Amino acid sequence: MNKPIRTISVAFLVLFLALMANVTYLQYWRADSLADDGRNRRAVDEAFSQPRGAILVGREPVAESVPSDDRFEYQRTYPQPLAYAHITGWYNYFNAQSGACSTCQRRIEQTQDDLLSGEDDRLFVTRLVDLLSNETSEGGNVALTLDPVAQRAAFDGLREVLGPEGQGAVVALEPRTGKVLAMVSLPTFDPNRLASHDLSVVSSAGEELEEDPAQPLLNRAIQTTLPPGSTFKVVTAAAAIENGLYEVGDDVPGGPTFQLPQTTGDTGLIDNQGRSCGASTVPFAQAMAQSCNTTFARLAIEVGAERMEEQAEAFGFNQEYFDDLLPQAVSRFPEEMNEPQTGQSGIGQFDVAATPLQMAMVVAGIANGGTVMKPYLVDEVQSPEFEQIEQTDPEALSEAVSSSTASQLTDLLVATVDEGTASPAAIPGVQVAGKTGTAQSGQDDVPPYAWFVSFAPADDPEVAVAVMIQEAPGIERGEIAGGLLGGPIAKAIMKAVINR
Amino acid sequence: MSQTTGNPILGFVHRRRRGAELFLLVLALAVGIGAYAAVGVGVEGAVPTDLIGYGGWLAALVVGAHIVVRLVAPYADPVLLPVVAALNGLGLAVIHRLDLTEDTGFAAQQLVWMTIGVALFVGTLVLLRDHRILTRFTYTSGLAAIVLLLMPMLPLIGNEVRGARIWVRLGPVGMQPGEVAKVLLVIAFAGYLVLHRDALALAGRRLLFVDLPRGRDLGPILGMWLISLGILVFQRDLGSSLLFFGLFLFMLYVATERAGWLVVGGGLFLGGALVAWQLFSHVQTRVNVWLNPFDYYGPGTNDSAFQPVEATFGMAWGGLLGRGFGGGDPGRVPFAESDFIMAAIGEELGLTGMMAVLVLYGLIVERGLRAALISRDGFGKLLATGLASVFALQVFVVIGGVTGLIPLTGLTTPFLSYGGSSLVANWVIIALLLRVSDLARRPVPELTTADDDAGDQDTQVIRVAR
Repeated sequence: MNKPIRTISVAFLVLFLALMANVTYLQYWRADSLADDGRNRRAVDEAFSQPRGAILVGREPVAESVPSDDRFEYQRTYPQPLAYAHITGWYNYFNAQSGACSTCQRRIEQTQDDLLSGEDDRLFVTRLVDLLSNETSEGGNVALTLDPVAQRAAFDGLREVLGPEGQGAVVALEPRTGKVLAMVSLPTFDPNRLASHDLSVVSSAGEELEEDPAQPLLNRAIQTTLPPGSTFKVVTAAAAIENGLYEVGDDVPGGPTFQLPQTTGDTGLIDNQGRSCGASTVPFAQAMAQSCNTTFARLAIEVGAERMEEQAEAFGFNQEYFDDLLPQAVSRFPEEMNEPQTGQSGIGQFDVAATPLQMAMVVAGIANGGTVMKPYLVDEVQSPEFEQIEQTDPEALSEAVSSSTASQLTDLLVATVDEGTASPAAIPGVQVAGKTGTAQSGQDDVPPYAWFVSFAPADDPEVAVAVMIQEAPGIERGEIAGGLLGGPIAKAIMKAVINR
Repeated sequence: MSQTTGNPILGFVHRRRRGAELFLLVLALAVGIGAYAAVGVGVEGAVPTDLIGYGGWLAALVVGAHIVVRLVAPYADPVLLPVVAALNGLGLAVIHRLDLTEDTGFAAQQLVWMTIGVALFVGTLVLLRDHRILTRFTYTSGLAAIVLLLMPMLPLIGNEVRGARIWVRLGPVGMQPGEVAKVLLVIAFAGYLVLHRDALALAGRRLLFVDLPRGRDLGPILGMWLISLGILVFQRDLGSSLLFFGLFLFMLYVATERAGWLVVGGGLFLGGALVAWQLFSHVQTRVNVWLNPFDYYGPGTNDSAFQPVEATFGMAWGGLLGRGFGGGDPGRVPFAESDFIMAAIGEELGLTGMMAVLVLYGLIVERGLRAALISRDGFGKLLATGLASVFALQVFVVIGGVTGLIPLTGLTTPFLSYGGSSLVANWVIIALLLRVSDLARRPVPELTTADDDAGDQDTQVIRVAR
């Protein structure tokens, strides 16, 4: 009977070898891909228990990991939750695994996750040293471009105007580089609740925020597009000058009313709501200062739909250009419009819609001699020991207008602040360029949107601002005007940046 | 047959090697007690306060078993007992580790069961001085096995746990009679086959490639086997069905030396598996979960693959060296202390620990088959082969299932899993293997009457190669 016993010995040997091979495959070759699986709670638990790097504004952290005594060793905290909520986002058990949700909001906590968690290749050396010295690996830090004083001014100013219920956003850019100096969206939320280790707190807070009709989770600075109204006249003026139709000293078509081509009656009739825009022509500076609808509707038609679209796209319309916060809404300038539509779009109505960031880029481009810089929020990535690893280089997005056009536009906008509708933004001793806007919402029960764009100082611009007020409860419909509401906010931000 | 006078085994005498066994047992105790201490340090941050009491108890059990082996089975294989002691000690430590996070008290119970197991081990060795006595109980064992297998289906004491009706519960004590039945069935098969092997191999008709034996030779054992298999299928105990089927096939093959049985058996297995897959939805579920576990895991599914997928994640999480006791999260796998204990070992001790455990199991099987090879009597050969086969198959079916090599079927992991019946039955299996190896390695007493040899040769069956 020994021969069959030897045979089955070999068979059993094969079975055991199969087990060993399979276990090796599972625990060695497949181990990495299984650890990366978003459903692997062990990986999530571990990632969640690691100390993450800080998100810094100036020298202060706006997001940091502090030791905690529960089963996850570190608690993510946000020391200035309301002002920075839309920038930092939040880090909790549910979004700890990168790539777990592709449709979710991805803010700095998510877009810079590799670096903050320490997995980024740029931190390879640090990781190696930690491994050899047997220390827990820590994440790198992310320093933002934000200016803490400007951000505070923007947040306080906007909240004062809007009240607790209002909706609006502010963006401030450094024209030379495209650095985002301030970005605020209201209403806001407290990311600390969403980062709680008590998952029931997270769920109830998340549900509450999702269901809030005011949509506090929305970052209105980049995710809400609204008709920019009169602030868009800056683009129309840029197109007219850039294409050689007019210069800053010229008289432009004006008049109290203008009947759009191919239309009859009130729907196609454009007026200036009583502002002084000459009898048939008006000086260019006065047209801008008084925000003459009749002028800019006619200029847009004279420039033509195609060249208007080219100009708008040169400023960034119909494109995506911001990588640090996702997703973002694309600012829209319609294609293939007929003449009346072109006329309406010249005053920022019809289907034109822009994010506050887009309008800030328009004025920043003019302030920067016509070159629009790509906006960015991450200034610097640092090692866990706060040593600089990499700094973001400013990058030009496009040449929107020539420098001569830019300086002529600057003159127009300075006049608008000095003598026109944008006077609330004037700063004594500093030349400010600005433009107001009040856009019809197009719905009877929705009040108009107020806009304000500006930059200063006009001769050597340090900051460009866009303020958008979507809804300001408690303010009479008749009092909603870009200059009145947005001007003081823009002024406060500009002063903060210039005086720093 | 051997014509040598004097010692028939070419003058070779096995050494007792009891000292080697004692030395290996010290290593095994170091594994068991060391693992227990490591659990305390890893999970609670301190060496357990009861380490001395626990270690002392474990050492007393193991050394007691060793002394009994030294006294009543001095020539027994010296590797088996240390390997089993190491596995049992490791199993206790892992169960204790799971107790600490799951707030259960399985380890203490398992230690009681181990004590009973060692007692039965000692009892078997002391009472059973020659395994051939068991041939007297061939039919009794077979009948007892069938009765035991039927017990879970009886009202009042029968008990269904997790879809399989394999439990008997009398008051507070529960047991899985199938674990005991498998030992009895091996005895019954071995006893029957050793008597009828020549008839099975030689008498009968040739059909296709196989010499089919006569019905009266094959009938009783076939009946015994079919009944037990039928009961298990009826109880939805897939793992045990597979185990018994393979066991019967291997023993028949060893007894008759006809490889055709393996072909027939393999064909029957495939056919049976196909029929079972067609007929039973729970078999289909198992196969589907095995093929695409991730389709049955997570929100939006019925989560029927939760256990295997969590085990897969856990073992992968362990990687090469494991997370260390207390470093993983093995409690995420349901029933980690019983069927899925290998997942906990893989997570916290890594591939290294898995390999070590597999090698230990391999050693048990190898030692069992070695005892079968050198055994001087047919019954001993069949008994040892059967017991080693049970072991090998059970390890393959359960670890293969947990690691995703084959579809998952519920079986306990010998000596590691929490569970009294299994632990006790396995200790008895080891005692039987030691007894067979003791007799095989023992020097043969001198046979003086030469006439016996001549008489034997007259009636020897002469095999003719056809």
